[in-house]
Amino acid sequence: MNIVVAIKHIPSIADDLPVKGNNVDFDSVDFVLNEFDEQSIEQAVLVKEAVGGTVTVVGVDMIGELDGVLHLALAKGADKAVKITGDDPAADSHQQAKWLAEAIKGMSADIVFVGVQASNDLDGQIGPMIAAHLDMPYIGGVSSVEVTGETATVNKEFAGGVGAKYAVTLPMVVGVQASVKPPRYAPVSKVRQVAQTATIEKVAPSGDAGSGLTFKKMAPPVVTGHAEMIEGSSKEVAAKIVELLKSKGLV
Amino acid sequence: MSNDILVITEHMDGKFSDVSFEMVGKAKELASALGGQAVAVVVGGGVSSNAFASDSTIHVDDASLANFNPEAYGKVIEALVKEKSPRLVMFGWTATGMDLAAWLSARLGVPCAAYVKNIGADLTMTCQAYGGKMSADVSSAGDMAIAACLAGSFPLEAGQGSTAATTMASPVSLDGLKTKFVEAIKPAGGDVDITSQVKLVSIGRGIGGKENVELAEELAGKLGATVSCSRPVVDAGWLPRTRQVGKSGLKVKPKLYLMLGISGAPEHLEGMKSAELIIAVNTDKKAPIFNVAHYGATNDLFEVAEAMLELL
Repeated sequence: MNIVVAIKHIPSIADDLPVKGNNVDFDSVDFVLNEFDEQSIEQAVLVKEAVGGTVTVVGVDMIGELDGVLHLALAKGADKAVKITGDDPAADSHQQAKWLAEAIKGMSADIVFVGVQASNDLDGQIGPMIAAHLDMPYIGGVSSVEVTGETATVNKEFAGGVGAKYAVTLPMVVGVQASVKPPRYAPVSKVRQVAQTATIEKVAPSGDAGSGLTFKKMAPPVVTGHAEMIEGSSKEVAAKIVELLKSKGLV
Repeated sequence: MSNDILVITEHMDGKFSDVSFEMVGKAKELASALGGQAVAVVVGGGVSSNAFASDSTIHVDDASLANFNPEAYGKVIEALVKEKSPRLVMFGWTATGMDLAAWLSARLGVPCAAYVKNIGADLTMTCQAYGGKMSADVSSAGDMAIAACLAGSFPLEAGQGSTAATTMASPVSLDGLKTKFVEAIKPAGGDVDITSQVKLVSIGRGIGGKENVELAEELAGKLGATVSCSRPVVDAGWLPRTRQVGKSGLKVKPKLYLMLGISGAPEHLEGMKSAELIIAVNTDKKAPIFNVAHYGATNDLFEVAEAMLELL
């Protein structure tokens, strides 16, 4: 079966996010793979291992640095890698979803996996939008997927362990919350080897679809309160926390 | 085009979620300023829909809608939105709303804002982004907008009421759905119930690995607390899902919530911000959790935890 994984390369939130005008200063941030996409890639590879097929990973190359991410996906079990040469770090979810959907149209996908959300989904997640463009059903918040013939059985999580099981006639788009097993580790040596031998297919972006949102302002949130910071060495901090807990009768 | 605001409510097991009331309350305020109506939309059966303070309530009931089905619900909501042509459609940024809001946005070519924390009278939407590190003010360039709202953003009481609902059949054919609801999944039993614990030591990605969970367990043991966690810890397989606090986990309100290595993404805050005493240890001094915690420290969590163990 043709398994497709659509991934998102997004600004890292590990560091400070500088602002330029009304948006993030994309020239001054590192881009990383959306963490939910790690789950989505793993779930796709697990389905391939269960029923056979090919896993194609496709993403928009936002800043010309997607190759490393694609090599990692290949080292983890994907078979083909495609990058859409967007080269626009400000391309929003609507635009990326349109480009991804156009690229996926030619892949005869039986099932499309996406990470359920990303920290820069300001105008919504790409999964439901890709599904709308491809006229496929979508289910997000998924934590397990089994494929039998033309049907995928997926478990969707609501909250607190409550969920529902759905049977969907393929093709469909699945928004992965968590794969059945934690993402596998790819040794650096394997990633290096893949990087030397793999071919990444390049696709020109096709289709216009901006979000239609006007950005008026982007800034760190207005803070209404702030924690009282406990300063000092770790030992001093520990002592102050224990003292605090004692004073409140919590130990 | 009307000046109405459509609120897509959510319910499970016969009960509406809090975010449904919160959105209806906000919609009333906005609709009144715009000269339109706040319209609550209830999709599916098994719930008493005369529960809102909306100007009107539409209840669409059909056998295919008995349980949440993103495909069926999407079709119904799309048909209603096309017919009503409202200024704003509000969804919860929840497990169900997330399946629908962006889909509807792409189907209709209507702008969508996610993680919405506030909406101004001019329909400027304030959104959290980048894990809560940024706040963006956005507006729709067109006549209509979709807002996917974070739970807990608006007061709940303003949306509670008893407006009589108008029940109708599905406005669109639900034959030939590709998505079938099979069965409900109930929480796995057998583990402690973190929602009933008085003290929680909660760990996040900063704990680094499964081998380090033991340190948190040991500290929790000394404090008479239980270990809970944020989502990445569960997704990595370091703790079971029964221990997860947040939007896709459980909501907790302990007397002590001691956080080790949790940055405080909006999804996590949703599950713990009402805890009585929140102490956060996280090396990132700009982590959003420090805007919510009562006490904070930016020291190494392992050093602090080990030093606390010596003192307890």
